[in-house]
Amino acid sequence: MPVTETKKSLHKRHDDLAQANKQLEILSSGIFADGELPTFAEKIKETNQFPLRPKKLEILQINVGYMCNQVCEHCHVDAGPDRKEIMTWETMEQCLEVIKNTGAHTLDLTGGAPEMNPNFRRFVEEASKAGIKDFIVRSNLTIIRANKKYHDLPEFFKKHNVHVVSSMPHWTRGKTDKQRGEGVFDKSIKALQELNAVGYGMPDSDLRLDLVYNPNGAYLPSDQAGMEKDFKKALMEDFGIQFHNLFAITNLPIARFLDYLIASENYEDYMYQLVEAYNPAAVANVMCTNTISISWDGWLYDCDFNQMLDLKVNSKVKHISEYNEDVLNDRNIIISQHCYGCTAGAGSSCQGTVA
Amino acid sequence: MLFITQNKKQMANNNYYDPADLRKFGKITEWSEELGTKFFDYYGKVFEEGALTAREKALIALAVAHTEQCPYCIDAYTKDTLQRGVTKEQMMEAIHVGAAIKSGATLVHGTMMMNKVNKLEM
Repeated sequence: MPVTETKKSLHKRHDDLAQANKQLEILSSGIFADGELPTFAEKIKETNQFPLRPKKLEILQINVGYMCNQVCEHCHVDAGPDRKEIMTWETMEQCLEVIKNTGAHTLDLTGGAPEMNPNFRRFVEEASKAGIKDFIVRSNLTIIRANKKYHDLPEFFKKHNVHVVSSMPHWTRGKTDKQRGEGVFDKSIKALQELNAVGYGMPDSDLRLDLVYNPNGAYLPSDQAGMEKDFKKALMEDFGIQFHNLFAITNLPIARFLDYLIASENYEDYMYQLVEAYNPAAVANVMCTNTISISWDGWLYDCDFNQMLDLKVNSKVKHISEYNEDVLNDRNIIISQHCYGCTAGAGSSCQGTVA
Repeated sequence: MLFITQNKKQMANNNYYDPADLRKFGKITEWSEELGTKFFDYYGKVFEEGALTAREKALIALAVAHTEQCPYCIDAYTKDTLQRGVTKEQMMEAIHVGAAIKSGATLVHGTMMMNKVNKLEM
């Protein structure tokens, strides 16, 4: 690493892998087509978990756009400054209607860098009035330092009691910058200190600050609790930074991470690792069983990964404009081989391990 | 059966070592189930968190993998230590510990040579 051009998204480069069907084709051919490894459907059939069905809806995850100030090597969204897909206010209004009436207890805003959507603040202000128990914004941290207009984000988050979940791939500069870009570590540290300064991440604070760790290459995350201890110790000792929890997330073999796996000739080995680490106990709690993912243009998906693979929900209701939670909950979840990423070891979700 | 076919294919390639063989490690139980199972139970237990952390054990394993010059072990414990958040600098330091013991072990035998010379010479 790095083995790919990282300044532009796959979309901007007109790379084949920018197309969802091309990715799905790769994930269903080779070792999965010739029987060397079982498909995900075959695997969950072994434990009578096919078809995968939703449980009670708990999380509404809204992707407000693929634009980002960073171009991370592992990004499953293929986000970057060159992505122009941004949720309009009209779609946000449709989302607000849903948020007011949903049975979900968690609202989770993601991107790209969600803060780059021009209507982000207005949306957060309106959404926070709905009284949802846990209101998450996935912030990449560097956005807070990217431009003057974002410098007050920590105060803004505090005002609306937003739960901040931020990516932090390692407690060392080298590993972080390699994955996320030159200078990201220093900016992230400064942003974390600013979040701490307004009360985020303090041991007894209600202002939740969680970090997301994902591996720097073709290997799986290790024990989440152990990593959390290491992160806490290192960030405290070196920078006086505090945070609440660490979520260890497995990189799924889609978009830029898939591109990296193929270019570095790690794809087969990585898929073997995922399949060998398959844990049926994780299947019962994978996030697609309690989440609905909404894209910038209002389409509905089982999860953010299926969104990037353009696998819309298998339901009569496919768009926010016709949202109906009861109808949506009566569906089979769409799966492919990327799903092994959520069932390896202790499992993986946007909220960390699941088993 | 699959193992035999793959094995024949690999023999035809004339390679003593094939990275794909690491994935077959678990299959050694097929030809001696009781001993293989006992070995893997023991192996798994050794690497559990104990008086030493799992990360400390992985670093020891990485150093020993190098002194043993076992390609499979180097492959496995490089990945394992990376997974555990170990940095490149820490990994290289661990290997130097192994290398120091290896070279020290050679050199300390120099005392045997010295003893023998002293005994033989007038």
